[in-house]
Amino acid sequence: MAAIGFHDSDLLDLQRRLVILRVGLLLVVALLALRLWHLQIREGPYYRDLSENNRTRSVVLEPARGLIFDRNGVLLANNVPSFALYVTLEDVKDRQGLVAQLSSLLNLDPDLIQKKLSTGKGGKLQPRKVKDRLTLREATLIESHRLDLPGVMIQVESQRNYPGGVVAAHLLGYVGEVSADQLEKADFADLHQGSIVGQYGVEKWFDRQVRGRAGQKSVEVDALGHEKRAVVSDKPEAGDDLYLTIDAHLQKIAEDLLGEESGAIVALDPTTGDVLAMASRPGFDPNMLSKELSNKQWVEIVQNERRPLNNRATQGQYPPGSTFKVVMAAAALESNTVTPSTMVRCNGGYQFGNRLFRDWKPGGHGSVDMNEALIHSCDVYFYTVGQRMGIDTIAEYAKQFGLGQETGVELPSERVGIVPSTAWKQKARNQPWYPGETISAAIGQGYVTVTPLQMASVIGTVANDGVAVRPRLVQSVMNRATGERAEFPPTIRGKVAVKPATIALIKEALADVVTKGTATRAKSSLVTIGGKTGTAQTTALRTGPEKDIPKKFRDHAWFVAFAPVEAPRIAVAVLAEHMGHGGSAAAPLAKDVIEAYVKAYPQVLRGIPASGRTKSPAPAADTRPRRDD
Amino acid sequence: MIDRVIDSRGLDSFDLRFMGLIAVILSVGVLSIYSVTHSQDTAFPFYLKQLVWILLGTIAFLVMYLSDYHKIARLAYPTYAVILIMLAIVLIMGKSSRGAQRWIPIGPFAFQPSEFAKLVLVLVLANYYSRVTRVGWMHRVVLPGLIVLPGLLLILKQPDLGSGLSFLAVYAAMLLMVGVRSKALGIILLLSVMLFPFVWEMVWASLHDYQRQRVMAFVDPDYDPGGKGYHALQSRIAIGSGELSGKGLYGGTQSQLKFLPEGHTDFVFAVYAEEWGFVGVLVLLALFIALIWVSLEIAARAKDTLGALLAAGIVAMLCFCVVVNIGMTAGMFPIVGIPLPLVSYGGSATIMTMASLGLLLNVKRRRLTLFY
Repeated sequence: MAAIGFHDSDLLDLQRRLVILRVGLLLVVALLALRLWHLQIREGPYYRDLSENNRTRSVVLEPARGLIFDRNGVLLANNVPSFALYVTLEDVKDRQGLVAQLSSLLNLDPDLIQKKLSTGKGGKLQPRKVKDRLTLREATLIESHRLDLPGVMIQVESQRNYPGGVVAAHLLGYVGEVSADQLEKADFADLHQGSIVGQYGVEKWFDRQVRGRAGQKSVEVDALGHEKRAVVSDKPEAGDDLYLTIDAHLQKIAEDLLGEESGAIVALDPTTGDVLAMASRPGFDPNMLSKELSNKQWVEIVQNERRPLNNRATQGQYPPGSTFKVVMAAAALESNTVTPSTMVRCNGGYQFGNRLFRDWKPGGHGSVDMNEALIHSCDVYFYTVGQRMGIDTIAEYAKQFGLGQETGVELPSERVGIVPSTAWKQKARNQPWYPGETISAAIGQGYVTVTPLQMASVIGTVANDGVAVRPRLVQSVMNRATGERAEFPPTIRGKVAVKPATIALIKEALADVVTKGTATRAKSSLVTIGGKTGTAQTTALRTGPEKDIPKKFRDHAWFVAFAPVEAPRIAVAVLAEHMGHGGSAAAPLAKDVIEAYVKAYPQVLRGIPASGRTKSPAPAADTRPRRDD
Repeated sequence: MIDRVIDSRGLDSFDLRFMGLIAVILSVGVLSIYSVTHSQDTAFPFYLKQLVWILLGTIAFLVMYLSDYHKIARLAYPTYAVILIMLAIVLIMGKSSRGAQRWIPIGPFAFQPSEFAKLVLVLVLANYYSRVTRVGWMHRVVLPGLIVLPGLLLILKQPDLGSGLSFLAVYAAMLLMVGVRSKALGIILLLSVMLFPFVWEMVWASLHDYQRQRVMAFVDPDYDPGGKGYHALQSRIAIGSGELSGKGLYGGTQSQLKFLPEGHTDFVFAVYAEEWGFVGVLVLLALFIALIWVSLEIAARAKDTLGALLAAGIVAMLCFCVVVNIGMTAGMFPIVGIPLPLVSYGGSATIMTMASLGLLLNVKRRRLTLFY
């Protein structure tokens, strides 16, 4: 301390006081050590007992998924309580014995139980879900055997339920346990093994909103691993509720109209893009798919030749047949290939090179202009204008109407169909375009394919005077906790570059199709309807009368329509697989859908929009009074 | 300008001992963090993140060690102003955790200004007392109190009771060193600061549940939501069940379960005590005493008032955090959010503590210059 002389007295005083700090520190640390000695040595065995016999398990509390309603507040998806069985390996003394017991009590495959017990994150202390949706009987059985089943825990969870069963199945989708692949993705980062997520339909598309947030509780368990006391440290948050644009009543009617046949019916509000109904048949019961299926059941569904899981409205790709003539008419007039009064002579066939393209009507329609060609669906007229326009002009207009691209509806895995062009063929087939192929494309055959939703959107765009609105399925999302409702406004996708006069001409012709053309069976006494029939050939092999052809080679029937003609409020596309002619098989279905709609919303006849949700949503109210037919 | 000359002899055995102690305590921390979080499947686990903090802390240590502490002290007031602004920002837009707002999000990380505020306060007070004549109550107690007040209020408003108490402890320690003339008064002051938590616990125990909840709801609303002492009990069980020799690394059934929240942060001592037992606890306490002892040595041999005050303030802050953290995990104090220095996981706290220790060694380094 040779340097002390340099310090002033303050510093000396200060440094002397440090002694107090040292004494104080030693005193306090001694107190701490004493306390720790008391805890660890004197009371150590007591706390060790507590830690061993009075242990705590942390259990995930699954959130309730958001509810799904239709546009009128009719409940489409809710949750019902169900029992789930968890096993905590730490508390299991005899694993083989437990598996054997559970397998006999629950009638489960022992290998499956073993698999469930050995997968999942976390150590032996993390409870693993072995089975959900236990019946009350099974749950009671387990509870009555609980003394023989250490480590087994029955937990009440909420389980997805679709009160309507098969109704709107493709649209709603179904839920299931998050898969191992999904867990790798960022979207599912906050989930864990056993979490339930949407796997199809809006359940999947809006999963983030509907899912909710899981909570956690600490469960104190006794030596057998049975719950003694629980402390909820983090309450789960229910997911948001979805209000769809569909009308459950109309949806049901559309599905019943298809009945046992395969096909799709899409109904849109052309002014807002609201999907009023989207039926696809054959269907499935989402209640069944949301359960854990056995391998055998799953294979049965996936390998079913009629492909019930396929949403034909958005994923079925079909040649549009003569419904494509709506697009052709707009393209021909706008590209100045023809004028409304240009006449084409139809003799029942069109000679191109050494090949004769036939008209559907043997003998032909005689001399026809655009209006007549649409009314009677004259093929030769469109062969001729198609040939004059060329495939790339056709493609340009088809794309403007939204073909060959996603409509943007909120459903996963939407297909886009094909709008052929010279560039497309070079790219997809590595072949040049042959002029003869233009002739097939001109009547919606050949390479052209579309989905029923796309066709509903095309006819809706025509009905809406060329303004294309994106089809939408969800009107609003409501936060359950705050009651705040986020509206999804309609979005305009674009305007097709078509003159008003052209649209007016097409609409007039389509109205005549129903009054005096190929779709007289769609004529309604309630409302004016405009539409276009289509018959999509599935095979070139056409010999003999229709009824002699095996069903799977028969043509698909199309009808696209809108109503009321004066101020359209509904656009419909009907596709009935292998049902023959559009005029006879599809047009009546479209008429029924349109009539059901105007009966439910009579104001649309007076040009007043069908308001969305007219009253506040009444949960579980399936019994909305209706003027029914 | 003799004190501008720095020691060019490099590290001596004292420095190595000092840094060795820091390294050993840091390792205990990383090991415990690893033990409690290793089963979590994350791309960037906590122990690796803590290693990153330690790396940044080492840089902070070196910066504080290599610059002249007189220069650092001259920046005290502007830095304090910046910290006050940041504390205000936290209140307005900070990231909330369990009802309290303590963090400012910076990219994927969160920055906790109240941690750094403690060190800045030491600098401010040391700077103040080393310049101001120690005459009269006004200059010795009231004015420095007014300096402390805005920071203290902003921290309590978050609310962060733990950091607020540390703030008070630094002020009290400074008062003890220079603020009060009478040694007896100083002793009373020190003892009351050090024993306050113990007394608090006794008063606490005499209160009814609803009274406690009312008090806690006032000072720290959401610390133990719905737990009703559950958190504190689980921490006691973890420590107690470690008994003499502990359950071994990864063997802590209490802490391996997720029931003990904050097992890697504020309650890391419980994890350590469960796995290493009373023996391990004594070793860790001895390590902390050694580190503090060495630090006090620096304070005692400082060449000027500023150095001595800086060293004393840092030591007081360190002592307070160690004692209160261990005391609260052992169920002696109510639970307030104070991390265990150098052991608990946390970027702001680790960097701040290492910066403080760098400053300490800086003070020691300069006392030798007088022999030249």
